[in-house]
Amino acid sequence: MRHIISVLLENESGALSRVSGLFSARSFNIESLSVAQSEDATTSRMTIVTSGDDHIIEQIVKQLDKLLDVIDVSEITSNEHIEREIAFVKIKESSIEKSLMEKISDNEFLKVHKTNNGEVIVECVDSPKNINIFIESIENIAEKIVRSGAVGINSD
Amino acid sequence: MKQNIDNKQEKYTGAEIFVKCLEAEGIDLVFGYPGGAVLHIYDELHKQNDVSHILVRHEQGAVHAAEGYAKSSDKPGVVLVTSGPGATNAITGIADAYMDSVPIVVFTGQVRTALIGNDAFQEVDTVGITRPCVKHNFMITDVKDMASTIKKAFYVASSGRPGPVVVDIPKDITEDICEFDYPSKVSMRSYNPNIEINENAVDIAVDKILKCKKPVIYAGGGVINSNASSELTELAKYLNFPVTNTLMGLGCYPGDDPQFLQMLGMHGSYEANMAMHDCDLLIAVGARFDDRITGRLDKFSPEATVIHIDVDPSSISKNIKAHIPIVGDVKGVIQKITNRVIHKKLKPQNIDKWWEQINDWRKKKSFKYSQGDDIIKPQFVIDRLYEVTKGDAFITSDVGQHQMWAAQLYKFNKPKRWINSGGLGTMGFGLPSAMGVQFANTDSLVCCVTGEASIQMCIQELSTCLQYGLPIKIINLNNRYMGMVRQWQEFFYEKRYAMSYMDALPDFVKLAESFGHIGVKVEKPSDVDDAIKDAIKLKDRLVFLDFITDQNENVFPMIATGAAHNKMILS
Repeated sequence: MRHIISVLLENESGALSRVSGLFSARSFNIESLSVAQSEDATTSRMTIVTSGDDHIIEQIVKQLDKLLDVIDVSEITSNEHIEREIAFVKIKESSIEKSLMEKISDNEFLKVHKTNNGEVIVECVDSPKNINIFIESIENIAEKIVRSGAVGINSD
Repeated sequence: MKQNIDNKQEKYTGAEIFVKCLEAEGIDLVFGYPGGAVLHIYDELHKQNDVSHILVRHEQGAVHAAEGYAKSSDKPGVVLVTSGPGATNAITGIADAYMDSVPIVVFTGQVRTALIGNDAFQEVDTVGITRPCVKHNFMITDVKDMASTIKKAFYVASSGRPGPVVVDIPKDITEDICEFDYPSKVSMRSYNPNIEINENAVDIAVDKILKCKKPVIYAGGGVINSNASSELTELAKYLNFPVTNTLMGLGCYPGDDPQFLQMLGMHGSYEANMAMHDCDLLIAVGARFDDRITGRLDKFSPEATVIHIDVDPSSISKNIKAHIPIVGDVKGVIQKITNRVIHKKLKPQNIDKWWEQINDWRKKKSFKYSQGDDIIKPQFVIDRLYEVTKGDAFITSDVGQHQMWAAQLYKFNKPKRWINSGGLGTMGFGLPSAMGVQFANTDSLVCCVTGEASIQMCIQELSTCLQYGLPIKIINLNNRYMGMVRQWQEFFYEKRYAMSYMDALPDFVKLAESFGHIGVKVEKPSDVDDAIKDAIKLKDRLVFLDFITDQNENVFPMIATGAAHNKMILS
């Protein structure tokens, strides 16, 4: 089962490696991890996308909570939530068919940037699920894919 | 280098502040080894008399000594080592303290802040290297943070589930100056070890306790850490419930009490493991269901409702699902159960039938051995040590067969008397930890039960023992093999004894003598008693008793890795 865990932690050097070290030391899976300053400059908020059965998720939450730099941990997928991810896909202009280009231009979640080297960068901000669908649709022509990993917030 | 500026508060160097912090924290003993990065601190230690420094011969020894000190007293152990190799040598001890939840604070020197990341001489990323094996670690990057960081370090190490804390101090921080103000208390928004106990869970547990027919109390090191031995004993006696201890828990319940089922687990007693398997209520107290305890997980206590009391929420339902989890300080939880049961004079069910069954299992006498006239059986030495010392010595041990025999046969009646490396299983732990125990209990008898393989791993500490006049009695069960490795090779590798034979052993008597101690070789069973008695009579000398024991003796019972509790190999 896929889960999103939101972690509020001290904005200190080493805090990130405590979290990532915990995942590798205990063989927990990380699908994506993104972190940036929170509403309080002394703390960071991290969104970890992971997978595992209930027992593993319970352990992940408990072990994270045990870290001294961690102020709060919550598993957000079990309640109402919003999640978004950003992806950049670089494609050679010559490999995009006109019909696809039109489709991309019409999609409100997609934005197109042109480079000087005859490439386009498609920017996509959407749920990770939709990003997966989009990426699958253009995977065969993509030169480079850059994804941010999801961030999420409870909405209930 | 005190500076009185404008008659304002006095300023001190970081090194001075360091020593003042230790004093303020009530620390009177530091185990350590000097080196370039910590020379300012050593200079300050030299100038005062409140904090004594014990010079070990290897940093690993310093950490184990601090562990022994902490485990046998109610104070944290303190270590001071230099940067680079000083820190890396300390790692094994730090990892050991992490696995066994020992409150120690390890101060490591570090290269100057300007050199950090520069591959400077004796530089190592101590905070990075120790991160996975500490409760927490800090690097002090400003002398103004020195006092508050040290305060936090002691608080974190000693509170909640105890553990090692590393404080890394760059050299320039120890020469920078600032005012000294030791905080009287600590508050950390991300750390609150004072967990409120869930009353509802206690109610449910009490209900189960009063209704069960086949209970077992499975008590571990957490009971000792929480100073809850007398509370646990009172409750167990009132309920007439059987009690088994983990390796780390030995002594938290009286070893010679009729309700005691001995140790459980891989080399635990038949009755303890059978009771664990057949029980209908398992009350785990300050224990963590380690793999050496549980054996095969899917066959573990199949019929039991599990009550799990522990201060560390992450220990609960990690390996075995707890039906009734109670997070909190063990002592507080037991008191709450006591209030609801003993103080209300409620009575549990009659469990005579369960006791009949247990007494039947006991008839197997699973720790038995037979001592002939010729070769000394290792178990016999432990038995005699127990009798001669009347069960009242502090016993440290190394790791291997001798550790299991000591755990099986020395009946610990008091907590903090049995000091061993349970989680990490660190060979070399025994002798240096005995030093720490002796420092914490200066007038008590301290014996180190070891083997010829383990003792060689920190043998250099014999020199420390001479320098500080530590009259430790070393009980070396010398079978010329890494006994536990040999045992596994006999059972599981068709007797291919790869590298487990100890060739070219030193003459331990001469070795002890060369370090300035007394060495005695004991080869006959009839000499064992006198050798132990004579060694104890030498009150102010370290005596190294080299017992030449049976090479082929194995530790029984044994549950093979991955087998269920009721599948014990008895002989």
